[in-house]
Amino acid sequence: MGARVVRAALAGVTALAMAGLTGCGGGTGASPAGSASGSAVSGTVTVFAAASLTESFTRIGREFEAANPGVTVRFNFAGSSALANQINQGAPADVFASAAPKNMRSVTDAGNADGSPTTFARNQLVIAVPKGNPRRIDALADLTGPGLKVALCAEQVPCGAAATTALSAARVTLRPVTLEQDVKGALSKVKLGEVDAALVYRTDTRAAAADVDGVEFPESAGAVNDYPIVVLRNAANRAGARAFVAYVRSERGTAVLTGAGFQAP
Amino acid sequence: MPTAAPGGPPRRRRAQRVPAALLVPALAGLLFLVLPLAGLVVRAPWASLPQRLTEPGALTALRLSVQTATAATLVCLLLGVPLAWLLARTRFPGRRLVRALVTVPLVLPPVVGGVALLLVFGRRGLLGGWLDATFGFTLPFTTTGVVVAEAFVAMPFLVIAVEGALRGADARYEEAAATLGAGRWTTFTHVTLPLVAPGVAAGAVLCWARALGEFGATITFAGNYPGVTQTMPLAVYQTIEGGDLDGAVVLSLVLLTVSVAILAGLRDKWITSA
Repeated sequence: MGARVVRAALAGVTALAMAGLTGCGGGTGASPAGSASGSAVSGTVTVFAAASLTESFTRIGREFEAANPGVTVRFNFAGSSALANQINQGAPADVFASAAPKNMRSVTDAGNADGSPTTFARNQLVIAVPKGNPRRIDALADLTGPGLKVALCAEQVPCGAAATTALSAARVTLRPVTLEQDVKGALSKVKLGEVDAALVYRTDTRAAAADVDGVEFPESAGAVNDYPIVVLRNAANRAGARAFVAYVRSERGTAVLTGAGFQAP
Repeated sequence: MPTAAPGGPPRRRRAQRVPAALLVPALAGLLFLVLPLAGLVVRAPWASLPQRLTEPGALTALRLSVQTATAATLVCLLLGVPLAWLLARTRFPGRRLVRALVTVPLVLPPVVGGVALLLVFGRRGLLGGWLDATFGFTLPFTTTGVVVAEAFVAMPFLVIAVEGALRGADARYEEAAATLGAGRWTTFTHVTLPLVAPGVAAGAVLCWARALGEFGATITFAGNYPGVTQTMPLAVYQTIEGGDLDGAVVLSLVLLTVSVAILAGLRDKWITSA
């Protein structure tokens, strides 16, 4: 078991060397590892990941594939709760990355996780507004302005739960026009111009920087979301799953995540 | 289509043996369609059912679903019957293309339908932008928006049914009415419509059932807010997103019961006699 993790970590280091991002310091670890003998992983790794991880995990997946020739990473991005349901109903997945501990817990409680989950990233809410912030929204309280249309996530999904926490911390009561099923749904309503603002993750506004701006607000500090990741008990490709999780948690994986606006745990 | 007349034919038909090559796949097909529905019934939390059903959220969503599906069906009747008549009774260039276009929502993924509706009726849409600027009125996130989304996906069902009925109807009655001096409108209301009434009713039932089950276009175009735009299918999805499988099963069961009751009740009455 331990050897596999080490091998995975070595694979990560190899990837660093391949990506040419190590500069001169990385040379020591990379050369003896030798990607051909070092990576024992192959086949397809199926990763069920929260919708808010779409951009960063797609990138991490590509780099992981480059570091491990012969491995294909397949993603299923959706709301964390939908994914947890699918896993508990027997969907064939190797890795689960959730946007909230609550949905991870429903998977571990059902006995579908292999080992205990680890937190690999944290995310914070911002107010997404159309580019240039035409309605001049600077704080949560501005969202109650007359005629302002706001989209929130439904309370059942992580971004909605975080929004509820932040709003009650700020003592702001607002009536959204829609409760979206995942954070991308709320964001796209802003992109389309159908709403004037939405509470989404900072990472989502970064990914959509061409169309939206993210307005930071202090109360989001009290509603930070932890992202746990775990290898699943029924994983068909356990070695691949472990290597992928290790890669996500590696220096390179963390760099991609923080580059996208996540905070390191 | 041969119908069973009282007397001889049924006995003769019973004597006819059903080849296994047809019976086996037929039964498998039946099982495939019915088994998932049975799964809902088996899995339902019967003990807590009464209490879950009387939860205000469930009733609100059901009421909204029934109301919007009915309104959408009325819209489809008002616009779809004339459209079907146009397709069945007139000749114009590009008619085949028009018929194809009319049936596109039938095969289009509903989410795509929702996006298309947003691009036209949304706040920045072709017509929606003008509506917003002129009247300060926007369709998304309103109950009317739900009706629009449902009518968009359900109308083809009505048009196809009515057009089929019109093509099957004997045109000589209409010709006779015309020779007796009836105008086109009188002929349509007094001869054509009564003639195809069963077809219209069948189409309306299908249309209503489709509107009742609409999910993708609704959530994309009208959003999801309890009491305003959250219909039963959306409530089911939100409940399962919240990890409450039992709750989702209960809501699904209600939707299933309503649909089966309507389809079974009206199908025998209208569709078979058509």
